[in-house]
Amino acid sequence: MPSLRPLAAELPEVLARRARWTVLEIGFWLAAAAAYFVFPNKYLIMTEIVIWALFALSLDMILGYAGIISLGHAAFFGFGAYAAGLLASHGIIKEPVLALLAAGGASTLLGFATSFLVLRGSDLTRLMVTLGISLVLREIANKWSELTGGADGLQGITMQPVLGLYRFDMFGRTGFVYSLVVLFVLFVVARRIMNSPFGLSLLAVKGNPLRAAAIGISVDRRLVAVYSLAAGYAGIAGALLTQTTAFTSLDVLSFDRSADVLLVLIIGGAGYLYGGLIGAVIFKFMQDWLANLTPQYWQFWVGAVLVAIVLIGRDRIGRWFLPARRVAEWIGRFRPARLFGGASAGKRA
Amino acid sequence: MAPVLETVNLEKRFGGIIASHDVTLSVEKGARHALIGPNGAGKTTLINLLTGVLRPTSGTIRLDGEDITRLASHARVRLGITRTFQINQLFADLTPVETLGLAISEQQGHGTDWWRIVGSRPEVIERTADLIDRFHLADVMNERTAVLPYGKQRLLEIALAFACRPRVLLLDEPAAGVPESERHEILATIEALPKDVTVLLIEHDMDIVFSFADRISVLVNGALFVEGRPDEVARDPRVKAVYLGEAFDG
Repeated sequence: MPSLRPLAAELPEVLARRARWTVLEIGFWLAAAAAYFVFPNKYLIMTEIVIWALFALSLDMILGYAGIISLGHAAFFGFGAYAAGLLASHGIIKEPVLALLAAGGASTLLGFATSFLVLRGSDLTRLMVTLGISLVLREIANKWSELTGGADGLQGITMQPVLGLYRFDMFGRTGFVYSLVVLFVLFVVARRIMNSPFGLSLLAVKGNPLRAAAIGISVDRRLVAVYSLAAGYAGIAGALLTQTTAFTSLDVLSFDRSADVLLVLIIGGAGYLYGGLIGAVIFKFMQDWLANLTPQYWQFWVGAVLVAIVLIGRDRIGRWFLPARRVAEWIGRFRPARLFGGASAGKRA
Repeated sequence: MAPVLETVNLEKRFGGIIASHDVTLSVEKGARHALIGPNGAGKTTLINLLTGVLRPTSGTIRLDGEDITRLASHARVRLGITRTFQINQLFADLTPVETLGLAISEQQGHGTDWWRIVGSRPEVIERTADLIDRFHLADVMNERTAVLPYGKQRLLEIALAFACRPRVLLLDEPAAGVPESERHEILATIEALPKDVTVLLIEHDMDIVFSFADRISVLVNGALFVEGRPDEVARDPRVKAVYLGEAFDG
């Protein structure tokens, strides 16, 4: 039995275990930044990937951390997309970053307002309620064509330079850098939040809501908070799509988009924040590659992969790649502090 | 001495079934109070009513004289009434350190900190270390809870309730399902709980009840049947009758 002193000295390190940046993570972001130089003629598709990644990250916050299953997450994506479109086309907020924040704020409010419908009930209820909300929103956008352009989409969006400095170009270079920076900043914020006591309490609520309440956590309030936050993230993802393509249409609110984002997250794995990001890369490449291979049947293969992931299980698939995983874990164990000779690293982590 | 926890005419019906009937119970401050009774007597229902998992059909619950009948579970915890569960209710994917750190953050009012990294508050760290030590969890503190030996999970179950700094701690069969070899660790831990924490214990094992409790209430068919000191209850012929009738299936 170790005495109390060393234990107390060890705990901050142990508790912050999830919060430490690993070399693997730093490598991931360096690779993302390197994509700018390596694939100079792929900015458009890479921007699309970044937007999917942000959208899936937002779903991960509610599904992977709080256990809220949603089939209507496109409601917030679409709301943000239209908000950004309207702000730009009416010239209300011209600067893209401010407009992005405003669109995100609007989606957060929508998330807050609808969170109370999602709180109660089982997974099935939540599935249906979220689906319902997104369908209602899509129909409103469809019918209110004076505002949204209806089925023709929202025309006449002209984007001002980002921060008044960087013009959007036809190759999508500015769009890509802009989106990637937004993704990175929002990822760091999400990571920080999910590694706070609040984030830990979400995991507890997801794992056992009965016990979470029995240790004094007000479950409902935590869910409302994370649902609103995730809605804001989804809204910013939608706004990015509008801003980088200077267009938006009903498709941003479609059921397909809600289903696809779930697919993206499940491909990458929920509950560790990178799942949505990795899933987005795989999903987009798969779509691209399969569409080239079998233009008519690519969705068949996407479906087959999904069934395989769910039935065989990620763990078992992971085991097939065990040697690769060992290497990854080994690399992951090195932390910057250790590499750069910083503060002592824990033995137990 | 003033009662810290009281129920007045507490009644709970599920359709036609009366799970708790006219229960008027009073638990003294600092007491080691045991609640016993045959299977289906309504012991767990009573705990669920006390902690707000269930709402009573009628009647009142008071904590230190304050009416808490309508309060939500989490609000009661903040007022100082916490429980353990008969079947472990833990966070399978968190480690014991994280579980306790979380509960302590909540107890100290830092549960909604969303920008601080977990474990960056010295007062949380200190108490987490204390609980890890007090509940003999140091050797498994970084394992996922799901893979802990059952006895350790049971200890964590109690530690988690204790982390909320209860004034009243409700223990629902703390030793249930624990193998004989690991039992003493749990009993020793319960014995060592600070005296200012009032404990209401539900237990089937009469050895535990009689070695631990200074007051015993017997519940039969949802109603309070007998209440008294352990020696009084042990001598009571009605209690013997109830338990002899039970002895063969218990």
